[in-house]
Amino acid sequence: MSDIKTLIVDGLWTKNPALIQLLGICPLLAITTTLVNGLALGIATTVVLICTNSIVSLIRHTLLPSVRILIFVMIISSLVTTIDLLTNAFFHELHGVLGLFIPLIITNCTILAQAESVASRNSIGKSIISGGSAGLGFTAVLLVLGGFREIIGRGSLFSGIDMILGDSATDSFIKFPFDGALVAILPPGAFFGLAILIALRNLFIPTATIEQRLETNISESHG
Amino acid sequence: MNFPINSSPHVLPITSVPIIMRHVLYALIPSTIVYVWYFGFGIFINMLIASIAALISEAIMLRIRNRPIKPSLADGSAIVTAILIAFSIPPLAPWWLPVLGASSAIVLAKHLYGGIGANIFNPAMVGYAILLLSFPVQMTHWIPPQIENLGFQNIDLWSTVLYSVTGSLPSNLNLDAITQATPLDIVKGGLKNGISINELRSGPLFSQLGGYGWEWINIFTAFGGVYLLYKGIIRWHIPVSLLTSITIFAALFYLYDPNQNLSPSFHLLSGATVLGAFFIATDPVSAAATNQGRLIYGASIGALTYAIRTWGGYPDGLAFAVLLMNLMVPLIDRFTTPKIYGQQQ
Repeated sequence: MSDIKTLIVDGLWTKNPALIQLLGICPLLAITTTLVNGLALGIATTVVLICTNSIVSLIRHTLLPSVRILIFVMIISSLVTTIDLLTNAFFHELHGVLGLFIPLIITNCTILAQAESVASRNSIGKSIISGGSAGLGFTAVLLVLGGFREIIGRGSLFSGIDMILGDSATDSFIKFPFDGALVAILPPGAFFGLAILIALRNLFIPTATIEQRLETNISESHG
Repeated sequence: MNFPINSSPHVLPITSVPIIMRHVLYALIPSTIVYVWYFGFGIFINMLIASIAALISEAIMLRIRNRPIKPSLADGSAIVTAILIAFSIPPLAPWWLPVLGASSAIVLAKHLYGGIGANIFNPAMVGYAILLLSFPVQMTHWIPPQIENLGFQNIDLWSTVLYSVTGSLPSNLNLDAITQATPLDIVKGGLKNGISINELRSGPLFSQLGGYGWEWINIFTAFGGVYLLYKGIIRWHIPVSLLTSITIFAALFYLYDPNQNLSPSFHLLSGATVLGAFFIATDPVSAAATNQGRLIYGASIGALTYAIRTWGGYPDGLAFAVLLMNLMVPLIDRFTTPKIYGQQQ
């Protein structure tokens, strides 16, 4: 039981893909112009993570070590293609906004890292929990960064929610009484925002601790 | 009697930050006077607000970083940053524009990189770039020069203060009626719409040399720059190479087609060219450190400014050119560091 709890806490916080491992930064920076965009990409990534981890975990005994990365990437890309087509069919507008970044989930290092270090060595249950919590951790960062940039950059929150909930929700976003500083939505804003989040994380888990932990892990695995 | 024995050099250059900053402020006086002459007292309001904001953010950041507050506040570097920002934003601006510009310059560009002496970017230009990217509408509402009746509605000091504080004008004034694009902006938009330079320059905002009023601001800024050169606070390399390279590029294109390209005098005497050459690009922290490097640095800023003005998305490119070349400074310094005699490979 405590094992599962550790897995969940690891994915959400202590080994958070975006804030601690700094994986999948490219879509994170590019897509978080609004909270809804971040949420959509987060959900897509989480679904891919859970599916990949379960499939890899199921076939882990038959995997040839020499071609495992190839197999992982093929599994991931077929799943991402499915997600890409599904979003295009059911959330067509959203697909237009996210554009290239859905196919690019294939190259998100979080997914490959999970497949390699968790799913190919653990039971399916553990793999799904680990993948799910890592995905949720990633989504949480996307949400915070997207919300932060949207509030500062456009003075609104939840704009574009109709792309997920349908036309009935067109007006159900929050508009603050200012227009916002455009720079937060432009690329520099993404870097400023992520830097601020990492600086805040530094208050709780200093980067030095992470590096130390990494070094002990490496020396253990070599020893 | 006590005779102190020191090794050379015996004539010491001015090296203390407060003295340098004081001379920079003196050097800005002539251009400030001309600026007020043409554009009214709005710049004083912006200078005041920006300085207060800069000092407050400087104090807060020093407090957070556990550094002594008093000496850094008193050295005047924050004030110089604030004054340069006030020069680059429109005289008629809502109060939060200089506040955001000055505080982001001090917090983001100065203290997050380690405070004075450690900033890789010019703080004033970072503040200006953030403002220009974030608030393109407010940043392009320039009032036209008011010293002569150019057919524009005038705005008095009280209305300027009122606009700064409340963001609205008295009911007899309309923001769109009293504001204009800058000459560089007009040229950029006009050329895009297929209007020739000759037609554009017959407009009321233009004079023989450059933009009406702007030419004299730039010339008097140059006087201030010469004062800094005379005092030995800046070296000649950056201003000379910057102005030369922008002149050469402008002359080449002007000779090729005078109807599609602005004359060299216009490029030299509009926008932020001279202010940039003497006061911004010469920032001792973020500029190149060797003489040869300074020549490369200044010439590249001139070329980039010309390129951004002519083919870029913004009417003036000096700020972006300076920031881009700030990034290149470590590389320039690396390649231009003088070889020690006898160590040469």
